[in-house]
Amino acid sequence: MAWMDARLPVTKMWKDHMAEYYAPKNFNFWYFFGSLAMLVLVNQLLTGIWLTMHYKPDAEQAFGVIEYIKRDVPWGWLIRYLHTTGASAFFIVVYLHMFRGLMYGSYKKPRELIWVFGMIIYVALMAEAFMGYVLPWGNMSYWGAKVITQLFGVIPYVGDTLLEWIRGDYLISDATLNRFFALHVVAVPIVLLVLVFLHIAALHTVGSNNPDGIEIKKYKDENGVPLDGIPFHPYYSVKDIFGVGMFMLIFLFIVFVKPDLGGLFLEHDNFTPANPMVTPEHIKPVWYFTPFYAMLKAVPDPLGGMIIMFSAIIMLFFLPWLDRSEVKSIRYRLLPFKIALSAFVLSFLILGWLGMQSGSTIQGYMTIACTFIYFSYFVFIYFYSKNEKHKPIPERVTH
Amino acid sequence: MRKLILILLLLPVAQVFASSGLHLEPAQTNIRSKESLRNGAKYYMNYCSACHSLKYQRYSRMAKDLELSEDEVMENLIYTDAKFTDHMTVTMTDESSKKWFGKAPPDLTLIAKAKGNDWLYAYLKGFYKDPSRPSGWNNTIFKDASMPHVMWQLQGIQEAHFEEHEDENGFITHPFKEFSKVTEGSMSDEEFDNTVRDIVNFLDYTAEPAKLIRLAYAPWVMLFLVIFTFLAYMLKKNYFKDVH
Repeated sequence: MAWMDARLPVTKMWKDHMAEYYAPKNFNFWYFFGSLAMLVLVNQLLTGIWLTMHYKPDAEQAFGVIEYIKRDVPWGWLIRYLHTTGASAFFIVVYLHMFRGLMYGSYKKPRELIWVFGMIIYVALMAEAFMGYVLPWGNMSYWGAKVITQLFGVIPYVGDTLLEWIRGDYLISDATLNRFFALHVVAVPIVLLVLVFLHIAALHTVGSNNPDGIEIKKYKDENGVPLDGIPFHPYYSVKDIFGVGMFMLIFLFIVFVKPDLGGLFLEHDNFTPANPMVTPEHIKPVWYFTPFYAMLKAVPDPLGGMIIMFSAIIMLFFLPWLDRSEVKSIRYRLLPFKIALSAFVLSFLILGWLGMQSGSTIQGYMTIACTFIYFSYFVFIYFYSKNEKHKPIPERVTH
Repeated sequence: MRKLILILLLLPVAQVFASSGLHLEPAQTNIRSKESLRNGAKYYMNYCSACHSLKYQRYSRMAKDLELSEDEVMENLIYTDAKFTDHMTVTMTDESSKKWFGKAPPDLTLIAKAKGNDWLYAYLKGFYKDPSRPSGWNNTIFKDASMPHVMWQLQGIQEAHFEEHEDENGFITHPFKEFSKVTEGSMSDEEFDNTVRDIVNFLDYTAEPAKLIRLAYAPWVMLFLVIFTFLAYMLKKNYFKDVH
């Protein structure tokens, strides 16, 4: 070990990031989702590598090769379902992870950069999921890709050129499939890994927030160890294994019993091969994109819709600076904040549901109302947090 | 808090039930019944396979999963010059079938995934006599389908009756009301329902042969995880004893 440490400080790294990395002792349920996101990432990488061994990014063969993987490759069905269910699980875990951040003010000073890296991960993940969804070359893959890439076509002046550049052709074709494959299996995963590294590096620099939203580094013992901190290993490494168990119970239940989850994780229309001549009855993205898709549909002007949709994501980046209150955790914030956050989350969930519907008149009004509530949250938080009253904040963590 | 989590987790599931518009009679298939699958395969090969391929399904895999011997498959279920390990393709070309039906009959390997078992069950039972159609048949589930009623000798010939419905905007639709039999078939209604159910069950199988494997493994995987999670919980509890 001494030989090794002289060349690469393995022991020091282990201590700094595991055995002597002090995390607040009061983490609750919501703190499982960071490590679970990591677990799902590893699952996606490993199953992805194995799928790549059999997959062919060829418009003539792609659809059939998925069936080949599910039928003729030993355990191919399992690898494929782990990957498809993993995609949805990734978003569930990430959405819950982000909600935790909103609740306990984890995005606030000094953790702004962690939040920003996290947001970039989220955007990269959306790009990754979108391109991955095209690869099975089902009819929804095809039409989904067509609709989403068309968004770039509405940009004034450069739209048409940009559209052609993204698709690599005048329409969605073999060229598009090939480049999406390259981006999905090489480019975006590398970006994701770098971002995850930065996300964690930034986290380990300032240390974790906690459900009380107070800094544990304020009170330290004579050795410089935070009084309310416990070493990540073994405490949280062991606790996270329990979290993994709970997660796997739900995750593998879906994989083994209902991998398409009634058309929610694997859509019915994607079991028909891509066909440029036949439009699916109801084009919609997979559930994790539907809140934004609903916003896009709510605006009659395509460019306006696109601006609204992208703004919905961009606004989240600025949250650390929009929320100016000195209090972090929802525990010590008053009712107006709790109502606003609930309305925000609810509007997002309802938008998700609306994005899957074919869109009646009432649903159209609902979408506009929910989009309005979604954006109002950012306006509210900016003005409300200026001179926000709050409950007394404890000096030390409570529970 | 726990309630909130539960709601968050169950919401997508609830949506699935909320969003289906068309109400179909449940097909009530049972993929674990080998007998039903074999019967379905028999009727499929006799009535469907001349036009509809199952191009991702191998005869040999079907034999293994349905517990049929190679001889049984070769003698009773293969009507072409296909080999035992071949995929279940058709000899008819797309060109000639387009000429005959106006549209090439689709491959049905994944139809149960694309349409759902209940839809297939209703579709196969929904053929009725309609002299205005080129084939002489129409369908209540899939209006103006180009497929003729291939099992009319089994089901008999039925007529469909529609009612007139006017919505609040004065838009008139004609939803299906009921069937009446014109001639009896060789099967009773119940026998025919069961036959259709077996065919749908077989198509549910071909859409995903691995379903048999994963459903067989599922309880054991869950059992392992329950034990694993319990032990992990005990370990965590033990470690956190000294954290206050």
